[in-house]
Amino acid sequence: MQSLHLALPLPFYNTLTPQKHKHFLSPDARTNTRPIHRLLGAKTDIAVKQEETIAVSTGDSPKTEPLPEGLRGELMPRHVAVIMDGNGRWAQLRGQMASMGHQAGARSLLEIVQLSCQWGIKVLSVFAFSCDNWTRPKVEIDFLMSLFESVLKSETDKFVREGIRISVIGDSSRLPQSLQRLINEAEETTRNFSKLHLLVAVSYSGKYDVVNACKSIACQVKDGVIEPEDISESLIEQELETNCSEFPSPDLLIRTSGELRISNFLLWQLAYTELFFAEELWPDFGKTGFIEALTSYQQRQRRYGRRLT
Amino acid sequence: MEKHSSSRVSELFGNLGSFIRICIFRVLSMGPIPNHFAFIMDGNRRYAKKENMKKGAGHRAGFLALISILKYCYELGVKYVTIYAFSIHNFKRSPDEVKDLMDLMLEKIEDLLRDESIVNQYGIRVYFIGNLKLLSETVRIAAEKVMTATAKNTNCTLLICVAYTSRDEIVHAVQGSCKNKQEEIQPLSFCKANYDAIEEVEDNKKVNEVIPFGFLESQKDEAGKSQATMASVTCSCLARGVEGGGNKNSMVVRAVRGSYEDKWDNCQAMMENRTGNGVTSSEESENLQGECSIIKLVDIEKQMYMAVAPEPDILIRSSGESRLSNFLLWQTSECQLYSPDALWPEIGLWHLVWAVLNFQRNHAYLEKKKHQL
Repeated sequence: MQSLHLALPLPFYNTLTPQKHKHFLSPDARTNTRPIHRLLGAKTDIAVKQEETIAVSTGDSPKTEPLPEGLRGELMPRHVAVIMDGNGRWAQLRGQMASMGHQAGARSLLEIVQLSCQWGIKVLSVFAFSCDNWTRPKVEIDFLMSLFESVLKSETDKFVREGIRISVIGDSSRLPQSLQRLINEAEETTRNFSKLHLLVAVSYSGKYDVVNACKSIACQVKDGVIEPEDISESLIEQELETNCSEFPSPDLLIRTSGELRISNFLLWQLAYTELFFAEELWPDFGKTGFIEALTSYQQRQRRYGRRLT
Repeated sequence: MEKHSSSRVSELFGNLGSFIRICIFRVLSMGPIPNHFAFIMDGNRRYAKKENMKKGAGHRAGFLALISILKYCYELGVKYVTIYAFSIHNFKRSPDEVKDLMDLMLEKIEDLLRDESIVNQYGIRVYFIGNLKLLSETVRIAAEKVMTATAKNTNCTLLICVAYTSRDEIVHAVQGSCKNKQEEIQPLSFCKANYDAIEEVEDNKKVNEVIPFGFLESQKDEAGKSQATMASVTCSCLARGVEGGGNKNSMVVRAVRGSYEDKWDNCQAMMENRTGNGVTSSEESENLQGECSIIKLVDIEKQMYMAVAPEPDILIRSSGESRLSNFLLWQTSECQLYSPDALWPEIGLWHLVWAVLNFQRNHAYLEKKKHQL
């Protein structure tokens, strides 16, 4: 008798993040299940005033973090990109306003900047504010703009001391004038530093970047500098905003909060980027999450369409 | 006798399997169904190695898995399926492997034309997406034949990306947009140059032989064309130089200019409709030229190979690798990504069901976000 083989149902779990998988029907699937820690000095506020002091600084002298065991220095990605998702949900879980989530997110960002600097990552791109985020409530947008300003004011000196160059990419014309001035100053002050290049994407979208690159190429065609047939991949790459950095294409993209999307961040540049989706919300991501992402990256085999054997 | 009964039992289980699948799809259909699935079919060779199959057999196993997945998608009601069959960078693989893949592709493309193929079974329109000039002539001709043969099918669509990378697609789209803009600007420049020439002649108050200003081609907008073409001015004028009597000559030139002005305004009005700008005076023609050269998002999107389909709702990459590998970078900006560990020939119904359930879980949030934009 011929034996019959029935294919058994395959397990119901998403294997993108094998370290932490959750059943999609679990109520915790989209929320952080770690114990909620009370933040020092955090308080529930009903209305956020723009004049309120926003303290996010992590202190004047950060301690040096050696490279953790298990991570190899020679396999560190040169360019890491981060989609810092989950601030709003983090605040919601604590019964707080979104603004507190963004503040906690800023602290998390500064921690990752320090670690990147100390572990030999050369470029760190962060998706701070998307073109799509302009549809958020005005109160939240105003708070975010103030937060960017206060972080720039408080951290620029530290960046100078540590050799971190900061650049802001995106449509800065929509930002408040005061923030634009601060950005220009910070970029000018840190222009010559090279230990780490921090690219902050504000009012940015991947499509916007490509369209802008195409506009400048179109002007060159109109002026007769080049012919349409001369347009190539390298020409477009030169015109993208990430071209200001030494390594424009990320080796690793991390997105927090469990969402499995790129959300219009660095489209062209992500052609061969390894993607890592973390379950934690961004304010909780921290050193542990970063180590997991880097470990996952170092275990991957990158082929770029070819065969390795 | 035993064989006959065992085949009947197999048939019974097969039918039961189909029945269960239909029930599952009915349940899934209570919620939103993705309109467009995209697949990166990774892991064929690893599968062949794992199963101790001979070289090339992995890709054939992958093809069988593809046909099953396509059937499931179309039964579920998915309208568009895009598959990443062959990247431009895959040409760098060993010549033997590339040849095997091209031979397999040619064989399967020709199978699509048969009456009993999946294409006819489900009324699928097939597109081959990519830089087809990089393919050998036989494969390219076969692909074009299938596209023509299935052009009238409207039930659902299969987009097969061959000799494709997303960056190459974007470069091609930019080239196309720039060429279109160039074509728009050139007649405009010619009109303006001639208008300036008339003014200069009048200023000199000396009429020599005036060369015909030439003919510009008239083009009509074709119905159904996604890009408006310039309806340009046709003008032919000739003024003969007359000795003495500058006024008379000026009059002639003025008459010519008069008719030319009408045509120039016509030209501008058409450009106005095309670009939606409020430019009416000839003094601002230079501004109009500058605005013509500005490329917009829609211009680039119209030129994409993938413009024939909406953006994918879900992208599935098999074999556990979590990267896009230069596939649909532009179109997957808001797409759900799913990367099961199973190698492509192992991908089956349950992976599809899981992907759809995840899509339904996030659908309400994504729709709300789309409306906000």
